[in-house]
Amino acid sequence: MKPPPFDYVRPDRLADAVAALAAPESKVLAGGQSLVPLLSMRLASPSLVVDINGLPGLDVITVAAGGVQVGALARHTAVLESPEVARVQPLVPMALEHVAHATIRNRGTTVGSLVHADAAAEMPVVLSLLGGSVEVAGPAGRRTIAAPELFVGPLESSVAPDEIALSAFFPALPPGAGVAFDEIARRHGDYALAGAAALVEGERIRVGYLSVSDVPTVVDLTGVPPGDRGDAALDRLDPAGDIHATAAYRRTLVRVLTDRVVAAAIANAQGGTP
Amino acid sequence: MNEIRRETRHEIRLRVNGVTHELRVPARRLLSDALRHDLGLTGTHVGCEHGVCGACTILLDGEPARACLMLAVTATAHEITTVEGLAGPDGEPNAVQRAFAECHGLQCGFCTPGFLTTVTAGLRRDPRPTHEGARDMIAGNLCRCTGYQNIVRAVERAAELESSR
Repeated sequence: MKPPPFDYVRPDRLADAVAALAAPESKVLAGGQSLVPLLSMRLASPSLVVDINGLPGLDVITVAAGGVQVGALARHTAVLESPEVARVQPLVPMALEHVAHATIRNRGTTVGSLVHADAAAEMPVVLSLLGGSVEVAGPAGRRTIAAPELFVGPLESSVAPDEIALSAFFPALPPGAGVAFDEIARRHGDYALAGAAALVEGERIRVGYLSVSDVPTVVDLTGVPPGDRGDAALDRLDPAGDIHATAAYRRTLVRVLTDRVVAAAIANAQGGTP
Repeated sequence: MNEIRRETRHEIRLRVNGVTHELRVPARRLLSDALRHDLGLTGTHVGCEHGVCGACTILLDGEPARACLMLAVTATAHEITTVEGLAGPDGEPNAVQRAFAECHGLQCGFCTPGFLTTVTAGLRRDPRPTHEGARDMIAGNLCRCTGYQNIVRAVERAAELESSR
């Protein structure tokens, strides 16, 4: 199908973009890899699309000892291929490899994927597990939204309709810690039936899950005996059945993935390759 | 249904296969439709029209992108290459096109433009792909006829043709 009619502006100043978003039913366009199909399927019908691709300085990826800051116009491919990002927070490229296909990653933005807040997407889980945040600009100025407050429900983030996400911050991997990511999809590049990311710091073990609850969910599995981790995680998750997989199958995947990512993260912490 | 909305048309310039085109399009015009309907470049095929099938893949500044996932108004600052732009100036097919013909990498041909653009860019990044790498390169493109075996062979053959030049 074709998108419904909408007005379109491409401001070259952030203040103009924020002002434009004051219009009712306005929507920000960055990479468009989620918004454009929603338009074409007429699941979204904004009256105004505010294209932020003309705003200066938003494609920057800043890597410091404390973490990785990704600008709103940085494409997945640019983040994935940055050796600096991989050095400071290896979980980011580990997960990005699973985001759609290379062709989609060439256009799609990491920040866009976060604020799109799809519970089946990889990067919201990564941000949640690492305790990252998103900086937004709105009529009242700038504010930082921590991951737990960002993801409200399926496809729903706490970014207000008149706010623009400017960047996301992924904290660095602490020395001696380890990370891992894995997911199971029918075909590589498809939405995962279930996925998991693990962060191991000494005795502390946390695992974040995608596609098995309404919002990305992080479960603390510290001290849980190895054989019980999957079931302990399932107490906090709510896998649903659909045409792609039954709920029971997704529960099985949670158990399998939990063991896999925890083992891989422990190996990663000990200096092995995940 | 009674209300017909008057749409603003935007004057844009698209640079496609080395030629600059001026056109007036509503903001909702997908790049795939601008190429096909406004510019008559029907080599870019539209399959699913929501980014899944890969038939509409074009090159945007040399890198593959889905033409159905871009609004034409957002494509103005880019150098676009469609399947029509892959052959040399004398019309000589490029190595990927020759390899697809040689290896029978197509049957009905509907998906082929998306494969040709994807593989042309893919071999620039990875000129000597492994068998697994060749399969990975085309993972985002669907073909309903071939079963992919000959397409993978064509990717590997194209790499050979390129390296022997």
